[in-house]
Amino acid sequence: MTQPLNTYRTGPDERGHFGQFGGRYVAETLMPLILDVERAYAEARQDPSFKAELSYYLTHYVGRPSPLYYAERLTAELGGAKIYLKREELNHTGAHKINNCMGQILLAKRMGKRRIIAETGAGQHGVATATVCALFGLPCVIYMGETDIARQQPNVFRMKLLGAEVRPAKSGARTLKDAMNDAMRDWVTNVEDTFYIIGTVAGPHPYPAMVRDFQSIIGEEVREQMQQAEGRLPDSLVACVGGGSNAIGIFHPFLDEPSVRMVAVEAAGYGIETGQHAASLTGGRPGVLHGNRTYLLQDEDGQIVEGHSISAGLDYPGIGPEHAWLHDVKRVEYVSATDQEALDAFKLLARTEGILPALEPAHALAHVTRLAPTLPRDHLMVMNLSGRGDKDIFTVARHMGVSL
Amino acid sequence: MSLATEIDAGTETFRIARRFARLRAEGRAGLVTFLTAGDPDHATSLALLKGLPAAGADLIELGMPFTDPMADGPAIQASSLRALTAGARMTRTLDLVRDFRRDDPDTPVILMGYYNPVFSYGVDRFLADAREAGVDGLIVVDLPPEADDELCLPALKAGVSFVRLSTPTTDERRLPAVLAHTSGFVYHVSITGITGAGSASEESVSAAVARLKRHTDLPVAVGFGITTPDQAAAIARVADAAVVGSAIVRRLEQTLDADGRATAATVPAVLDFVRTLAEGVRTARG
Repeated sequence: MTQPLNTYRTGPDERGHFGQFGGRYVAETLMPLILDVERAYAEARQDPSFKAELSYYLTHYVGRPSPLYYAERLTAELGGAKIYLKREELNHTGAHKINNCMGQILLAKRMGKRRIIAETGAGQHGVATATVCALFGLPCVIYMGETDIARQQPNVFRMKLLGAEVRPAKSGARTLKDAMNDAMRDWVTNVEDTFYIIGTVAGPHPYPAMVRDFQSIIGEEVREQMQQAEGRLPDSLVACVGGGSNAIGIFHPFLDEPSVRMVAVEAAGYGIETGQHAASLTGGRPGVLHGNRTYLLQDEDGQIVEGHSISAGLDYPGIGPEHAWLHDVKRVEYVSATDQEALDAFKLLARTEGILPALEPAHALAHVTRLAPTLPRDHLMVMNLSGRGDKDIFTVARHMGVSL
Repeated sequence: MSLATEIDAGTETFRIARRFARLRAEGRAGLVTFLTAGDPDHATSLALLKGLPAAGADLIELGMPFTDPMADGPAIQASSLRALTAGARMTRTLDLVRDFRRDDPDTPVILMGYYNPVFSYGVDRFLADAREAGVDGLIVVDLPPEADDELCLPALKAGVSFVRLSTPTTDERRLPAVLAHTSGFVYHVSITGITGAGSASEESVSAAVARLKRHTDLPVAVGFGITTPDQAAAIARVADAAVVGSAIVRRLEQTLDADGRATAATVPAVLDFVRTLAEGVRTARG
């Protein structure tokens, strides 16, 4: 579907489709439960007490609103657009992931679920899930690829401290995709009492829409904060995209503002041309995986190809279906940045602003460094700094040849 | 008359219905055996396939290998990866069926798998090629009735049965939708979970089959968690067929060498195991 629309914000349709993307491609065992989640969420979002409870925890526990910070030294260094950073890394647990986990755990409680499962790549979603489970006293199992467990040790330890059980996914490349397979296996087995907190805007309907709604607070705050700071809308928004929850969170409230340019940055790994990347839109094609139709990295026979990225949070071979649609209707530009560009950006932000970004938003920053110098000084650019880089210092050190 | 039965009756791909009619005439349940196409390699897979009917398989479920079999347990996932490593592709899977069909015009073959490889191949081209190769039915686990327009309805139009799964979570409200376009038979998944894990009691299976029979005239096959001839017999007492998958695949795996390659023991061991299962099924109502 590519006809012009007067709004980009009404999706998905009642069957969970954004154009040809999205939907609900899951085993029959899960269907009744997913329909329950959809009903429960539709009720909750209309319920003022649910909104009030969520708002309470976001303010007093998560620490929202997160600041919109004018990065003056970065702006001076790049010499162009005025760059603002949306400081999602200052949220409790250090990333935007907690916004969504808080929403989903309140829904799970409302549905009377007694056990929580989740998948995680970099560990940020796992930590956020383990955190809300500790907060509400629910047992929690986190699936994480063995490869990711090895490269994200600090987050694994944090999850365990928070009382979660971290179960290694041992199939495939042992990364996020495999963790998601294992989480779905657990769900299908324990469908009666278990709620699956999906960490990104992917999976079967209603997850892509529900996670988007919970993350849209990022863009809503940017709207208000930019109005206060500059008295107008931003001119451009930049965010990294793996599954795409931080990107859709900041974009969604602006989708119907034609003056706002949006750029999402995929992980190009060693470079798109090497085939070793995680850029599903740039280097993939439509397919069906993990409950939704979207762009996927796959071979000519429809077998899923492993993504590669220095950032464990972006190396998923798919992307949220709403992004696939926004790509096809050309509302959002999708570009990519390599591992090396992300590392360079990581160091740049540390040096100019005293902020260690997670390697995920370092990809967004890499594109900011390309884009900002080409724009006038009155151009207002907001980059979503979706997570902090403490978890990545071992990876960065290794690439710099430093042993910690 | 539902769309499904109309279409079935109008085509020559009638093997599933004929097979269940014969089983009824013989007064026994059938054995449905599962293998992954190309596991552990194409030649061994073909030898196994050709040996199955004589070993007592009444219907054959052939897995289309996929990198991410989310509804399957470790045994079937490993078999999928073995096949892919050995060069399995959709065209080769269809070659297996075509070669099998040359010797065996009667035994129904049902392809089982996930949607993406089919979608990638192209639905229309897939159905035409599958039909031509001698495929009788499809089981695609990640296509619920809500997605019937994707593959189920085109399959029925192309004369290929679409076998739907019913599960313990499929409630009364949902059952009619699940059965609406199901054809060939209904595959009842006896447990909530993945293949190869746990098993349901004969009592609960019996109740589930009775419930399904109130809603459909189609034969009911029951699978998930059947690993021994005794368990197969227990299912055969209450259902129209018992489906065994992981246990056969595990038997195959036990015969492989350290590098996962077939040995001289592979084909005889798997077929011997199928023979014991078939005996269980055949004597169940004795």
